[in-house]
Order: sequence, then structure tokens, then C-alpha cells
Amino acid sequence: MIGLAHYLLLAGVLFAIAVAGIFINRRNVILLLMCIELMLLAVNFNFVAFSRFLGILDGQVFVFFILTVAAAEAAIGLAILVVLFRQRRSINVEDLDAMKG
Amino acid sequence: MDVMPMILTMADVMPAAAEIFVAAAACVLLLVDALGGGRARGLAFVLAIAALAGAAWVSSTVGTDGRTVILWGHFVADPMGTVLKLFSYGAAALTLLYSREYLERRDLLKGEYLVLALCAVLGIQVIVSAGSFLSLYLGIEIMSLSLYAMVAFDRDDGVAAESAMKYFVLGAIASGALLYGISILYGVTGTFLIDGVAFAVAQGRAPDIGLLLGIAFIVVGVAFKFGAVPFHMWLPDVYHGAPTPVTLFVGSAPKIASFALAMRVLAEGLGGALDAWQDMLVVLAALSMAVGNLVAIAQTNIKRMLAYSTISHVGFILLGILAGNAAGYRAALFYTLTYVIMTTAAFGVVLWYSRKGFEADALDDYKGLNRRHPWFAFVMLLVMFGLAGVPPTVGFWAKLQVIAAVLDVRLTWLAAFAVLMSVIGAYYYLRVVKLMYFDEPVTAGQDESRFAVRLVLSLNGLAILALGLFPGYLLRLCEQVLR
Amino acid sequence: MDFAAVCLMIVLAPLAAALVAGLGGRYVGRAGAHTVCIAGVAISFAGSAWILARMLGGAAVFNENVYTWGVSDGLAMNIGFLVDRLSALMMTVVSFVSLAVHVYTIGYMRDDPGYARFFAYISLFTFAMLMLVMSNNFLQLFFGWEGVGLVSYLLIGFWYKRPTAIFANYKAFIVNRIGDFAFIVAIAIIAAYMSSLDYTEVFQRIPRAIGHDLFLTPGEPSKVITVICVGLFIGAMGKSAQVPLHVWLPDSMEGPTPISALIHAATMVTAGIFMVARLSPLFEMSPDALHFIVVIGATTALFMGLLGLVNNDIKRVVAYSTLSQLGYMTAALGAGAYGAGIFHLMTHAFFKALLFLAAGSVIIAMHHEQDMRRMGGLRKYLPVTYWTCLVGALALIGFPGLSGFFSKDIIIEALHHSRTEGAGYAYWCALIGVFVTALYSFRLVFMTFHGRERMDEHTREHLHESPWVVTAPLIALAIPSIAIGWLTVGPVVFGDFFAGALAQAPDGPIVVLGEEFHGPAAFMLHAFGSPAVYLALAGVVAAWYLYLKRPELPDRIAARFSRTYRLLVNKYYFDWFNENVVAAGVRNFGTSLWKRGDETVIDGWLVNGSARAVAALSAAVRHVQSGYLYHYAFAMIIGLSLLLGWLLLRS
Repeated sequence: MIGLAHYLLLAGVLFAIAVAGIFINRRNVILLLMCIELMLLAVNFNFVAFSRFLGILDGQVFVFFILTVAAAEAAIGLAILVVLFRQRRSINVEDLDAMKG
Repeated sequence: MDVMPMILTMADVMPAAAEIFVAAAACVLLLVDALGGGRARGLAFVLAIAALAGAAWVSSTVGTDGRTVILWGHFVADPMGTVLKLFSYGAAALTLLYSREYLERRDLLKGEYLVLALCAVLGIQVIVSAGSFLSLYLGIEIMSLSLYAMVAFDRDDGVAAESAMKYFVLGAIASGALLYGISILYGVTGTFLIDGVAFAVAQGRAPDIGLLLGIAFIVVGVAFKFGAVPFHMWLPDVYHGAPTPVTLFVGSAPKIASFALAMRVLAEGLGGALDAWQDMLVVLAALSMAVGNLVAIAQTNIKRMLAYSTISHVGFILLGILAGNAAGYRAALFYTLTYVIMTTAAFGVVLWYSRKGFEADALDDYKGLNRRHPWFAFVMLLVMFGLAGVPPTVGFWAKLQVIAAVLDVRLTWLAAFAVLMSVIGAYYYLRVVKLMYFDEPVTAGQDESRFAVRLVLSLNGLAILALGLFPGYLLRLCEQVLR
Repeated sequence: MDFAAVCLMIVLAPLAAALVAGLGGRYVGRAGAHTVCIAGVAISFAGSAWILARMLGGAAVFNENVYTWGVSDGLAMNIGFLVDRLSALMMTVVSFVSLAVHVYTIGYMRDDPGYARFFAYISLFTFAMLMLVMSNNFLQLFFGWEGVGLVSYLLIGFWYKRPTAIFANYKAFIVNRIGDFAFIVAIAIIAAYMSSLDYTEVFQRIPRAIGHDLFLTPGEPSKVITVICVGLFIGAMGKSAQVPLHVWLPDSMEGPTPISALIHAATMVTAGIFMVARLSPLFEMSPDALHFIVVIGATTALFMGLLGLVNNDIKRVVAYSTLSQLGYMTAALGAGAYGAGIFHLMTHAFFKALLFLAAGSVIIAMHHEQDMRRMGGLRKYLPVTYWTCLVGALALIGFPGLSGFFSKDIIIEALHHSRTEGAGYAYWCALIGVFVTALYSFRLVFMTFHGRERMDEHTREHLHESPWVVTAPLIALAIPSIAIGWLTVGPVVFGDFFAGALAQAPDGPIVVLGEEFHGPAAFMLHAFGSPAVYLALAGVVAAWYLYLKRPELPDRIAARFSRTYRLLVNKYYFDWFNENVVAAGVRNFGTSLWKRGDETVIDGWLVNGSARAVAALSAAVRHVQSGYLYHYAFAMIIGLSLLLGWLLLRS
């Protein structure tokens, strides 16, 4: 029987994978954007699971909002990426080091 | 879920009139810019300022002394919200005013910039009035997405794009953490209305470990928006890389939103679980004060220096919040409002001083400023004294209040540490004063600003002194809105 | 009119003027600057005079807070005014002297590029001094105290391109720091024991401090009240230039001559005297502190006067004379004769201002030559200056009937009758001091105005009387120098003028003297029966003999008593001691530590070192900000994990 704990565990693992992806990946900024999406999906899992098990619907409403915002976020992220690429001719994370200290 | 009547009356939306107004104004502005093209820039700018003024009028008209909850609990109108909103409009208007010439000289004064600024203000309004974690999250995203775009706004500036990318990625992680925390909290309390969470926490209905887990994630989100160590890494790079007007925008009004976020979530929602988050904030505050002040000393760029200074001030604001009582919240509110006034004036001077091809962002650019522009050197001196907390400026009162609040809850070591850190901090503020008053000028510059800018900037600077000499009014205001 | 409004106007008018002249100097121009500043100070003077008149007319004491700056832990920080006859008198004196200085500055600083700035400073000074005098609480007192100090540093270093001025500036700053430290510690102790900063409340709560001991040194208790009083007085020693914290005052003459000298020497230095008098209810409670005060005062009175004998710089002679007279005032305070101290302060303000301005007039005429050895015979070139200066000198030495006579004689008599321990020593110091005062004063008069003309041809040709803006204040000051003593001695010292404002022990020296006082004329007659008048006369005669009759004699005496002479010329080696023992000692100590020990360890000991350590730490910490996005994300994750880990540990 698959219970709440399993869903939560899955969400937790997804979240952890997303976080790990963000700081292990040193190459591609696009991968970062994907990790961020994954993170939001982990959250969505949580909300849906809780909503289902608590029998309250509003958690799922929250999920719709998150999905919408995630789309906007991706749009902004990609736009910044384009600007960055035009300037640097690179989307390598390691090249983003003009400012430090 | 209860079946609620889905009929909205005017009375149900009136408290949110200012938010609706700003959203509409942003749309109008977009249209004006699109239809008017380049010719309508001046008009768009005036419209943006007018929109903020109008929002201020609406907010103060619909604002009441009591607490009104509308939209099924998602929206709260209370005196604290009104004051915070009014200060945000003011800070945003000042920002636009100070930035205009900078942007004009670089051919950056475009309608999108103004629209984005208004959207960010809308986000701040929503955060300030959030009654649930959903509206809180939406507000944060409206504000943050606008800010990301503003940072990357100058398309020919690679450094700005880089800082926008960093801001975006880290901000997204923080949002993710915050959301994760919210989802857990939702799981353990069964609601994401802030009042509902507070009720559940007070009833002890929430299982301890889940609650703690949720709080930890939420604190991360709040700390990131504030820029508290170790979630501060974005802040120096964004302040440094963004065009100065955007730096000013990021540094002023969103700080009010951060404070509102902390108040709504920690004080109102999770006030019953003070034990759980107080210790976390103690660590964050101590680290922020230490790292902010220490690293600021090594900076040569004034924007970056002010970024680290912000981090240290965040530490001080957290001192007030972590006290967890009315006096502490008041102190934090007072600190936030005065900090916004001071930081606006600081970047205002930087903007006033910059020319085309001269960013005025190196500390050395301020050498001998007194010789060339004694008045604005004096304004900058007031700002630096204020930030350092030297009496009789208002910065002194702000620090005194938060330190007294911490002493009240018997965190003597933290108070002593805060005093020590403000002494260290005084070093780099006073270094600016030394550069301005005792060094030989190296860079020339004419005062080309409009009279209105000079006047408003002067008043902004003098406010630091005036509020220090007459702190009673602002103190009472803070007392009234946070009983 | 209501008192609060007048008081506010009195302090704010000079402040506003200072702001206009200081910040808008380049817009209002030179004439604008001096018009505004003089108007500001004139308003203050008019207000002060009105208040004094009301006070003399029997108006009630005004004590009100006009503004509460803030309350912290029950300790109210107020801006408030306490106007009684003591402060009304001081306000009038301060604003009058200030006004004279302002007018005089027009002539004196005419060619200086820092004209507007100078006016801003002296107006700011007037503001700070009035705040100090009118204060009704310790916080405002401290504000005024530091305010006058700040302006004084600015004035001393006014010609900031001169290295000597910068050195004098540092010296004044450091010496005053010592005094101010003790001062603020005393205020902190007051706040701790009395839980208030308001004068009236503190005085009411004096019993709270009595009977308590502080252990400043292990095993040796000191009474709290004594620690407070001595601390406050050490502050006064710095500001009022009492031995051994007097060293800054002679050097402060580096500032733009008589005007700033006047600010320092005739006005600011009285702050310490005023403070002790204002807080006399506290001092009365501590005989030990009074003992300390009387000894310091008497020592200053005699030994600083001696230094005036060997100096050849006209301005410095007047400065040493000031030190000596301040010693008299301090001694009077120590004797418990607060009224006499304030009375001398008032008379001294007039004739010393007169002397400084006269010296300034001479210096203008001599084209900024200050060495008296190159003067002589100026009487016929500068008649107005000569006669007014003579009046000043006569008043200073206590010529019967002139203002200084009354005030000084009362101090000497008070010391004679005082019960303070050490008053006997002080009495003899004061008495010998009278002779010394007469000697150096008339040495100044004779060397400058009489005898052979020793200046060069070029200077002689251009000698002429100073313009009216210079001579008018001289005449204006000469009149009170003559008459003010006669007119006011009865009511001010022996009457009930200061009733309620100053503490007065029932068996204090003033009370004893008051029983014998029957009007100024009788007092004068009585004085002929005491040694002071004859000592003053002897001093004048000696000066005449040494500097006019046999001008070669002083050099021979100097050669004969070369050891004493060197001691005096070197100012008792105070500066030498400070520079070569204190400063050098600290330096050597530091150097030896540095050479012996590990540099990094010692770094923590020195101020500079800790700053370096902070800078190094800062440089290290900033490397965490590597610029790499994944490091930033990593820091966030670490932060999150630590929060979570800590939570798990806790639950």
C-alpha cells in the first residue's frame, strides 16, 4: 500500500536531487533552470499528496498557482539567459565570475 | 471545504483598491509606452510617479484603524500594512525620481522599466497585505520576477546580466525552499491561511517535528529575501552588477516587503512557535552583523560596500524580530523604515554624482567631494552618520531600539555583540566621510541635476537628521500600528 | 512673552546663523555672513538681557523641558532650560562677549579667505555655549560641553596649513579627551545611581549616592559622591585648563589670534567653573572633592602666573594670566564660595576680553608681530588701545575700586575663612599670586606701550590706531571693567542674588564675609587693611623698576637665577614631560613590545593592530564570496542543512 509517507519521501528525494543538481552542475545554466523546475515539482507533489490525504481541496489550487508562476519564472529565466549569452557567448556557469569578494 | 458564497461586493474589494489601482496603472503605462513610442517617455515617467501618488492616496483613504480580512482570508488590511505600503510608494517614487537622469543619459529610460517598477510595487503590496501563504507566495513572485528583469534590464551590460542570473537562480532556490516549507506546514496544519496556521500552532495541533521542518524551510526563504548570512550571497553581486537605479530599487522598497514577510509569517503565523525560530534568527542575525560589517571594510566599490552594509543592517532588523514581542517588532519596523530612508538617500547621492561614462561607484570617486559640492557632501555625511548609528541621526535611535529589545529578552551577549559590530561598522562609514572631507579631489564633475532632484535628495538627507532630532513622531507611528 | 520661546530663540538664532554662514557661505558672501551671524548673536544677547532683567525683577526660576528627545529604559533624554539668576547672568556674559567678538572679527579677519567659515564657527560656538549654560540636565550639558570643545578644535586648527596649528589642535583634542572621559564616566555613575539626568531630580536623589562605596582600586573604597564630583571636576580641569591639564591652552593661541584666544580663554574655559557652580549641591556633599579642587585651583593660580613673567609673546602672556585667574575661580569654588567664583568669572570676562582685544589691536597695528621685545612706546600711536588696555590691566591686578579688585579680594578672604582642607595653602598661593599678577600685567603694559621704540622703521611708519570696529568693543568693554564690580558686588556675592541657584553651607566663607560687608565703599576701605592691595602695588612698582627704570636688570636676574628661569621658560617641563615621557614612553612601550613579541599577537594590543586584524579578517572572509553561483547555492544548502541538523538535534 502506498501511503502519505511514500509520497512525501518521493517529494523529498526530488527536492534533494534538484538541490544537488544546482550545485553539482558547473556547466550549463539551462540545467540549472531544469533543476529549479524539478524543485517546484517536488513541492507540487507535497501539496497534492497532503491535499488528497487531508481531504481538503485547496492544496491542489495552490499547485495550479505554482505551475503558472513556474511558467513565468522560466520565461524570465530564459530571457536573462539570452541576454547573458549575447554578451558572453557562453552559458557556462563557471564563466559567471565577473564579480566576487 | 466549506461552501462559500462566491459573490463579491464592492465592500469586499475596497480594502484592496490600491493593489487594483497599481495593477491597472501598470497596464495603462504599458499601453502608453507601446502607443506613444519614444515621444511618450516623459509622459510615462510622470504617469508612473502619479500612479504611485494615486496609490498613496487610495491606500490612505481606504486604510482603517482596525484589521479587515477579505477575499476569504487571503487579503488582510491593517494599519501596519497601510504604513508599510505608504513607505514603499515613497521609496519607489524617490527611486524613480533619482534614477531619471541616470537613465536618460544612458538612453535607458524606457517604458518597460517603469512598468516593471510598478509591478514590483504591486508585488510588495500583495506581500504586505497577504493573509495566506498563497497570496504571500504570489506577491513574492510578482516582486521577484520584476526585480530579476530590472537587474538584467540594460541589455548591453554583461555584468548586469550575470548578476541577474545569479539573483534569479538563487532566488528560485529560495522560493523553492519557502514553498517546500509552506507545503509541509499545510500538511501539518491543514490550511495555508496565516490565521489558520496561527490557530493550529496555538492549539498545539501541529506535530512538532513536521512543524519544525516547515519552519526551518520558511526561515530560509525569509532569510534569503532579507539577505541574511549565509543566504546573502546574491546581494553583493546584485548590488554591484545591477545598474545603480536598479540597485537603489532593490535596496529600498523590497526591504519593506521582507519585513512584512517576516512579520506575517513568523510573528503572526508562527508566533506560537517562537522557541523554534528565535534561535535560528539569533544565529542569522549574529552572522549577518559580523560578515556584513567585516567584509564591507575591504570593499573599494561603494555599491558593494553598501551591499555588505545592508547585510549588517539586516542583522540588526532581525534582532528586533527575534525578540518576539511587540517592543521588538516595533523596533524592527522603526529600523526598517529608517533604513529605507537612509539607503535611498545613499544611492540617491551616488546617482546624483554619476554622469554619462562616470558611474561614481568607486569609493575613490568621493575624494574631496566637500571641496566641489559641499552641500551634497554634507548630505552624504548625514547618510553615513545615520548608517553608522551616530547620534543625533535617526540611525542611532534605530540601533538603540533593537538593542534594547534584545536586552529585554535577556540576550545580553547578543546586544554586546551588536554594539561591538556597530563600532566596527562605523569604521567604513566614517572612511567615506574622511574621503569626502580630508582628501584631495581626483574626479571632476558638474552638478547637472534638475532642481527637483536636488531638492528632494536634500530633504531625504535632512530627514535622517530631523527624524533623529525628533524621533517621537515615527516612534509613535510604529507604536500605533503594532500594538 | 513666554520664557520657553525666548530661550529657544536665544539658542537657535546663533545656530541658524552658523548654518547659513557655514553651509551657504558662498551664496551669502562675506557681508552676508557677518550680517547674519551678528544678527543671530545680537538676538541672543537681547533675549539674554531681557531674561536677566526679568530675573532681577524677581521672576520665578524657569525650569522646563521643551522637548523629549527620547526615553530609554526609563531614563529620559530631554532638551530643557533651567533659567535662574546664575544661568541668566552667564547667558548675558556669554552672548555679550560673543557679540563683541563678532563685531571685532570684521576688522581682524578682513583679509582672511576663511572669513565666512570663521563666522560660522564662532556663531556655532555661541550656540553650544548657550546650550551648556542653559541646560537643565546632564545630557544637554554634555552636548554643549562637547560642542564647545569641537568648535575650539576647529578654531585652533583654523589655519590648517600651519603645522604648529595642527599640533596645537591635536594637543587640545587629546588633553580634553582625558577630561571628557572622566566627565562622562561621572555622568554615567550619576545615571546609574540616581536614575535621572535632570539636575533637580539628581539633587533630590543625592541621598541615594551617599553611603555607597565604589571600589576603583581593589580593597580601597571610595565614596560614590566623591567619585562623581572628582570625575566631573576632572572634566572641568580639561575644559578650564587647570594644572596638569592646562597644557593645551597656551598652544591654542595658534588659532587666529585674539578672537579665538578670546573664545577659548575668556568664554569656553569658564564652562568648567560654571559647571561646578551649577552642580554645587553635589560638590557640597563631598569635602574630599572640594579639597582636591582648592589645591588644584590655587596651584594653577600661582604657578601659571609665574609663567606669564618670562613670556615675550603678548598673546601668551594674556593666556597665562587667564590660566592663573581661572585658578583663582577654581580655588574659590573649592573653598565653597561659589558665588565668589562666579563673580570673578563675570568680572574677569570683561577685563580679560578687553585685554585680549587690546592685544589684538596691538598685533594688528604691528602687522602681526606678537613679540613684546620688538614693541615699546606704542602709547602715542595707539591712544585708545593704550588707555583701554591700562584699564584692563588695573582691573586685573585688583586696583581698588575696579571690578577685579572686588572679585579677587573676596576670593582671597574666602580662602582665609574657608573650612575646606587645604585652604590655608590656597590662601598663601593666592596672596603671592596677587604680586605676580601685578608684575606680569604691568610688564606687559610697560614693554608694549612705554619705553624705547624697538620696532623696525617700516613697521613704525605704518603704525596707526585700529579701525572703529576694533576700538569700539575695547571701549565697550572698558566701561564694565571699571564699574561692574562696584555696582554688583553687594547683591551678587553677598545678597540673595544666587539664592537657590548655588549651594551655600550655613557656615560657608561667603556667609562669614557677608556679615562684615557694609557696601562697596566700606569694603574698599577695609581692603586697605589687608596685604593684597600692597602686594599689587609692590608688583606694579617692581615692574616699573625692572622694565622702565632699569631694563637691563631682568636679563641679569635671569642669568643669576638661571635654573629657575629655565624652569619657567620651559613651563615647568610639562610639555617636555608629556612629549618625552608620556608620549615617548607609550611609543617606546609599544615599540619594545613589537620588537620582542610576535607581531601578530601584539597587534591585538594596539588600536592600529586591531584595525589591521579586522582588515585581515575582512580580506579572508570576503574570499568566501567567490563569484561562483554553485558556491553561493552551496552556502545556502549548508545553511539549510545546519538549521535542519540543529532542529533534529534539539528535538
